[in-house]
Amino acid sequence: MPGKKASLFVTCSVDQFYPEIGEATVKLLRHLDVEVDFPGEQTCCGQVALNGGYHSHAVAVARRFVEVFRGSEVIVAPSGSCVTTVFTHYPELLREFPELKDDVESLRNRTFELSQYLVDIMGVEDIGSSLPQPTRVAYHDCCHALRDLGVARQPRQLLQAVDGLELVELTDSTNCCGFGGTFSVKYPEISMAILNEKLGHVESSGADVLTAVDASCLMHMGGAMRRQSMKARPMHIAELLASGLPGGTNA
Amino acid sequence: MPSIRTKEFTPRASEAINNPTIQESLDRLANFRQGRADAIAEFGQERWDEHSKRAREIKEKTLDHLDHYLDLLSTNVERAGGKVFFAHDTQEANEYVAGVARANGVKTVIKSKSMVSEEMGISDYLVGMGIEPVETDLGEYIIQLAKEAPYHIIAPALHKSKEEVSELFQRVLGSPAESDITALAGIARKVLREKFLQADMGMTGANFGVAETGTIVMVTNEGNGRMSSSLPRVHVATMGMERVIPRLSDLSTFLPLLTRSATGQRITSYVAFATGPKRRNEEDGPEEFHLVILDNGRSKMLADPQLREALYCIRCGACLNACPVYSKVGGHAYGWVYPGPIGAVVTPSILGIPIAKDLPFASTLCGACREVCPINIDIPRMLLKLRSDATEGPAGTKKPDRIESMMMRGWRMTVSGPRMFGLAGKIASILQWPLSRNKFLRRLPPPLSGWTKSRDFPKVAAKPFHARWSTMAIPPEKGDKDGK
Repeated sequence: MPGKKASLFVTCSVDQFYPEIGEATVKLLRHLDVEVDFPGEQTCCGQVALNGGYHSHAVAVARRFVEVFRGSEVIVAPSGSCVTTVFTHYPELLREFPELKDDVESLRNRTFELSQYLVDIMGVEDIGSSLPQPTRVAYHDCCHALRDLGVARQPRQLLQAVDGLELVELTDSTNCCGFGGTFSVKYPEISMAILNEKLGHVESSGADVLTAVDASCLMHMGGAMRRQSMKARPMHIAELLASGLPGGTNA
Repeated sequence: MPSIRTKEFTPRASEAINNPTIQESLDRLANFRQGRADAIAEFGQERWDEHSKRAREIKEKTLDHLDHYLDLLSTNVERAGGKVFFAHDTQEANEYVAGVARANGVKTVIKSKSMVSEEMGISDYLVGMGIEPVETDLGEYIIQLAKEAPYHIIAPALHKSKEEVSELFQRVLGSPAESDITALAGIARKVLREKFLQADMGMTGANFGVAETGTIVMVTNEGNGRMSSSLPRVHVATMGMERVIPRLSDLSTFLPLLTRSATGQRITSYVAFATGPKRRNEEDGPEEFHLVILDNGRSKMLADPQLREALYCIRCGACLNACPVYSKVGGHAYGWVYPGPIGAVVTPSILGIPIAKDLPFASTLCGACREVCPINIDIPRMLLKLRSDATEGPAGTKKPDRIESMMMRGWRMTVSGPRMFGLAGKIASILQWPLSRNKFLRRLPPPLSGWTKSRDFPKVAAKPFHARWSTMAIPPEKGDKDGK
């Protein structure tokens, strides 16, 4: 599809903790002939503050986001929950600024989670990825991607089309992993009780790789998978898809 | 009011998580979830969504004109020969009920399940007057004997195994050991039948109060609502002021939603209607009918456009069943009358945030509650609002955490621009080296230590994406290695 342009919103956590996911996202988009730009002024969408109850901070960061991406035709992020912050929460967060109302309305309708952008906007069915060896992959439905953005079919479709990838369904895949942002730090015991149930399903799925559209959920699940020396390894969907493209693993 | 233990959320949650019997009981919530899903599938999703939409519209309209509909309800109850009392708070409500009991020389009160009566703490109040209150819903009866609070809005004794119930009955009622659930119910039934016949007063809740007819509607599976409202001489019904609906025909919208969401039933075994006391030409029914309509903080919620929709709740309990947090910590952790996601909104709204601050934060904001709510109540949105009130709200409302506020101010500076953002990353990558092992951190200082107790944390990358982009900026020819 020629002439497609997208601005990458890499998200703060990917920027600082998982830059490889950002690189993989760029690689995927370029592979599909999307012209990618990266507005250098970007930092965060404000979800951290919103989640913690720091409304005024969230408002300030949201205003900044609106300015930074004002000139972008389409914004793509490798995260369902950051896109949800824009899509679901910006209208309410920026309610006190009626002069931004049109900007916000337009912004929320041109900001997409990666798989949502590829499947729903670009109409991609198969990105032409092929894994070097057969891999059993389980997909976890991240809450905000699923319930706010309706992302469920899109990532599965992209994964299923990858050569050498066997997609397995997790039991109770749509149950939360127990992350919840500040929740995971404020209530670690409850968070772990929820997570351990999830990890039990990952274990019994026999998956080699656990994938999802959000780096933060994977950071949460992966952090415990590592601590518990589980067989499955966490991998963001952008990295997984890009690893099977010509040119090999980007990370 | 019943005891308030909202400040003990964390220790009581921990207690539940570490109790295998409780966890086994909570696993049974899966049956509720499945029952609901099957019932909706049979009903038809599209039809379900239409009902939901209509129910919400009715609730919106009714609460926009609540004074009108309460007035209509009250007029029609009185026209049918009943009395109506508007209680500002639980103290007023309890005093009114006590007055009715005193005037009638009441010794025993039979009660059918009512969350508002739990909110009032009427049972303890009656005991204080020398009157014996007896719960007649089996689950409520069990927790009354055990001197506990309800665990779940519609399944108050959800947390009790049949072995525990048998032991409880042996201890309190002197009954023989029983392992069969039907036999256990039989023991309770025998005791309760006698109480039904003895009682001078019956107390019920009201799932709905129909304005146009002055009728209260009781939805039960045990028939105890009908027994409590028709056997004794006096019937006192209590309802929250938001439970009024305009028309009798509105029930055709609400009942299918309520029973399917709650238990997966097409309809409950009993749906009882009570309109005033018995008429002159009737043989059965109470001689007196009283309706107590409770405010207790509800007008405050009504006045707050961001909390108003919590009053649309029909108390089906579906949000509890769907909640990952409730499913682990159970009902008692929430520390007051209403547990689960809706409780996390209602409790701080009624009691005030400073004493119930934990509740709105004890959620992953996963949205499962919103997804299953038959009235499409946006609980996560209200939890965020309450969080923001707790940290930045007006004095008297807020209860900020100083260390966290400092960290958040630091974060705000960090994300104020790419330069600060990059710098913060560099500082973090220097600070992290004594804590790191390979690519991960195994130990972080408080308040982040809760994470690393059982989860590794990723290290800040040596070269963040901002720095990497400059070498990626010019797209390479297709098929080449990407710019690294």
